[in-house]
Amino acid sequence: MALLEVKDLSIYYQMHRGDAKAVDGVSFSIKENETLGLIGESGCGKTTIALSLLRFIRPPGKITGGSIIYNGTNILDLSEDGMRRLRGNEIAIVRQEAQNALNPVLTVGEQIAEQIIEHDKVDKNTAWQRAKDQLELVGIGADRVRSYPHEFSGGMRQRVMIAIATANYPKLLILDEPITGLDVIVQRQLLKLIADLRDRFELTIIFIAHDLSVIAENCDRVVVMYAGKVAENSNTSDLYHKPLHPYSSALISSYPSILGERQELKSIPGAPPSLVNPPPGCLFADRCEHVMDICRQKIPPEYDIDGRSVACHLYEHSKEPQV
Amino acid sequence: MAETGLLKTTDTQKKKTREFFQLLLGHGMGKTGIIIIIIFLVMAFFSPLLWTNDPYKSGEAKDILVKPSAEFWLGTDDMGKDVWSQVVYGARVSIMIGFIAAVITVVTGAFVGIVAGFFGGKLEEGLMRIVDFFMMLPILPLMIVLAAVLGPSIWNIVFVISVVSWPTTARVVRSQVLSLKERPFIEAARCIGAPNKRIMFREILPNVVPLLFAQSILMITETIYAESVLSFLGLGDASKISWGQMLHFAFESGAMSNSPWWVIPPILSIVLLIVSFSFLGTAVSDVLTPGYKEKRGY
Amino acid sequence: MRNFLIRKVIASIVTLYAIVTANFVIFRMAPGDPIRMMFRDPRVSAEQLAEQTEKFGLSGSLWDQYLAYMGNLLQGDLGLSFWQKRPVIDVIAERIPQTLMLVLTALALAVLIGTFFGALAGWKSGKKTDSIILSTSLTLYSIPSFAMGIVLLMVFAYILTIFPLGGIRTPASGFTGIRSVLDVLWHMILPAFSIILWYVGEYILLTRSSMLDVLGQDYILTARAKGLRERLIRKRHALRNALLPVITITGVNLGFAVAGIIEAETVFSWPGVGRLIYDAVLKRDYPLLQGVFLVFAAAIILANFVIDLIYSFVDPRIRVGE
Repeated sequence: MALLEVKDLSIYYQMHRGDAKAVDGVSFSIKENETLGLIGESGCGKTTIALSLLRFIRPPGKITGGSIIYNGTNILDLSEDGMRRLRGNEIAIVRQEAQNALNPVLTVGEQIAEQIIEHDKVDKNTAWQRAKDQLELVGIGADRVRSYPHEFSGGMRQRVMIAIATANYPKLLILDEPITGLDVIVQRQLLKLIADLRDRFELTIIFIAHDLSVIAENCDRVVVMYAGKVAENSNTSDLYHKPLHPYSSALISSYPSILGERQELKSIPGAPPSLVNPPPGCLFADRCEHVMDICRQKIPPEYDIDGRSVACHLYEHSKEPQV
Repeated sequence: MAETGLLKTTDTQKKKTREFFQLLLGHGMGKTGIIIIIIFLVMAFFSPLLWTNDPYKSGEAKDILVKPSAEFWLGTDDMGKDVWSQVVYGARVSIMIGFIAAVITVVTGAFVGIVAGFFGGKLEEGLMRIVDFFMMLPILPLMIVLAAVLGPSIWNIVFVISVVSWPTTARVVRSQVLSLKERPFIEAARCIGAPNKRIMFREILPNVVPLLFAQSILMITETIYAESVLSFLGLGDASKISWGQMLHFAFESGAMSNSPWWVIPPILSIVLLIVSFSFLGTAVSDVLTPGYKEKRGY
Repeated sequence: MRNFLIRKVIASIVTLYAIVTANFVIFRMAPGDPIRMMFRDPRVSAEQLAEQTEKFGLSGSLWDQYLAYMGNLLQGDLGLSFWQKRPVIDVIAERIPQTLMLVLTALALAVLIGTFFGALAGWKSGKKTDSIILSTSLTLYSIPSFAMGIVLLMVFAYILTIFPLGGIRTPASGFTGIRSVLDVLWHMILPAFSIILWYVGEYILLTRSSMLDVLGQDYILTARAKGLRERLIRKRHALRNALLPVITITGVNLGFAVAGIIEAETVFSWPGVGRLIYDAVLKRDYPLLQGVFLVFAAAIILANFVIDLIYSFVDPRIRVGE
């Protein structure tokens, strides 16, 4: 059974000149212990989806339709308190290392322990001991439990964030570009740490990135998003070797090959259209090499091809990939 | 904010300006502030038409401390002078002193801020030390001391207020200039060999104009307040009626006990004018906050 | 931490020295030279004049005068008050307790009330509560203390007659012990309020904007993502961080805050240092004016130092030291 099922989710930002459809009819699901990649250019709705899974969408943003079924319950129907009990406890998030993700005036120990106390109702000493264990686990060392965030480097702070996110042994971990902005060696170390923790705690992970190589190494399945919609949903290896959607193949050829083959890097010309009053038809049409007349008239439905799905008119008559 | 100079397009600037005022009028506080300020400006500008008696003319014995009546709309003071006419005339003096002092303050502050931020180094450090020094001083006592030593005159009051108030503006302008300096269009101007003076006044200055506008409104609030306090404490120009001055005489003669009509109008005028400028100032800084437009959904 | 303190001490001393010097310059360079005025002032007797002339080196060069002035200052001698005909330092010293009493009470209450409503407004930002608190505080902050004082005086002392007209004690009442303490508090209510209302407005605005800033920070989202209760987020994460800049800005604003004291003490004839500055102006008592200015300046520098000290204890980023 799927641990999380997102069905036909729409999230609009309501503005004077109309609604910006940041997320428009998105569906995907994750099985337990699966790692799902969510990939796309910035502004394609990835982070909005991540926030919606914790029900963090605030005005002017609004979830206008669809459902998010977690463990059989639609979290959009939960009470505010019911939702709060899930956060940190069952669904945790690590976001892009921002300067201030940790509270500057509290020790890291306090910041881990407070979450443990909130959900597990343990006494202070137990929580403190568990906070130390967590720090040990993420490779910081229990002796730093009384340190303040400003005493750590960016990579170390991200380890603390991971320690917090896993402190209550959540089922679902959302990683929103967790290694962006860090240097390459630190990125490697963090990815290894995440992989270790996944195995140890049997985590189900949603991994959001704009960097394909990160996704390729770590994810079982990948959802490719473009302009608030799912372009393609596929297992990782098929996506790489045989991308179905023209956007997927453009994305893959815009990154250096991880296999080390020498290929010409292509950037994707143009930019996504405005999400307020977008043109009719496929939103990728203006940038697509294979654009047809129908692309500018009709929004492509999703076609199932060998257990993968793709939203592109190229697949209307044929089940054979034509890219 | 248009990145002017090399890339100047007057049309977009005009559009932005219009949009700015539209947003300002759409802001509740901004609208309230502007309406009240306009009323006072009209009062100050047309005061000779509005006063019913000579505000300086002392009355006869029977006209002393008269209650509001058809002849004296707001009654008279202890010298038999008409309160309404004094309030109308006082609007002139209070607003004029406030505006002039604010202009001097903002111009001085902007100049120091731009020079300090642009040149940096020892010059900046020195200027900012002076600014910090001023910020540490007890503002009102300093104004009182200066006004007392210089003697009571309108221009001394203007001078005293300006001398004490410019550092705040200098400080905010400098930090804005520091961030502007890193922007590409300044780099571009440098690359084509534009002289410093040109970069400072043709490239940087236009970009701090919105900030200066907000500062001016803030400063008018401060200067009108400062003028009223100094006059209330008896340091005003005895030959010019201002609201603070009226209150000084009313307070000294104990008018609070027996002639509220002499006390209430100047207090109300001071408070209303300062409050409306505060409202306008808040509206302006709200509208100028990045993201305000988007938040309102434009 | 130690370096931080040493730097602050040095900065304070330099500022104080600059103020003392500026004070000398202002009073010597101005067109209405107070020294020459003193010679003409009928209130000063011939012996006093001779004594002052010698003590302040008035017959010597400007430089001699400066040295004499600094020397006397170091011994706590601020000269002679024309009006009271006794040392300025004595006149000021006996006023200080009353001012401290008034200002500390007002400040403490204003900080409590102001930060509470400011935090509330910031927390409820964009809602009705916020706009009501915001416009009220802007209005309060824009009303000069002297205007507020006069209105309070008219309404509560003259019309309703439930509070005294001014001063610090009921004259010739012969109150002793607890009655006399209550009597002083009784007299303090109106002047304190005219300052409090002004300060409250300021603290609400400060705390609100600081709170808004903090609520936009990532660590608040982190706290929410942990599933913490709103109350805990508000108190431990938001308010604690929001109060830090409020502490700093309190120091920066002291230079402005002094105005409230002068205005309230003047309106209510409260026998403190603020009223003294008004009397010094009215009586054209320059040495006294000079002295009061120095006392205010020194008080602000001292208060700023204390605030820096407090700040270095509450903000771990400074505590651990650079």
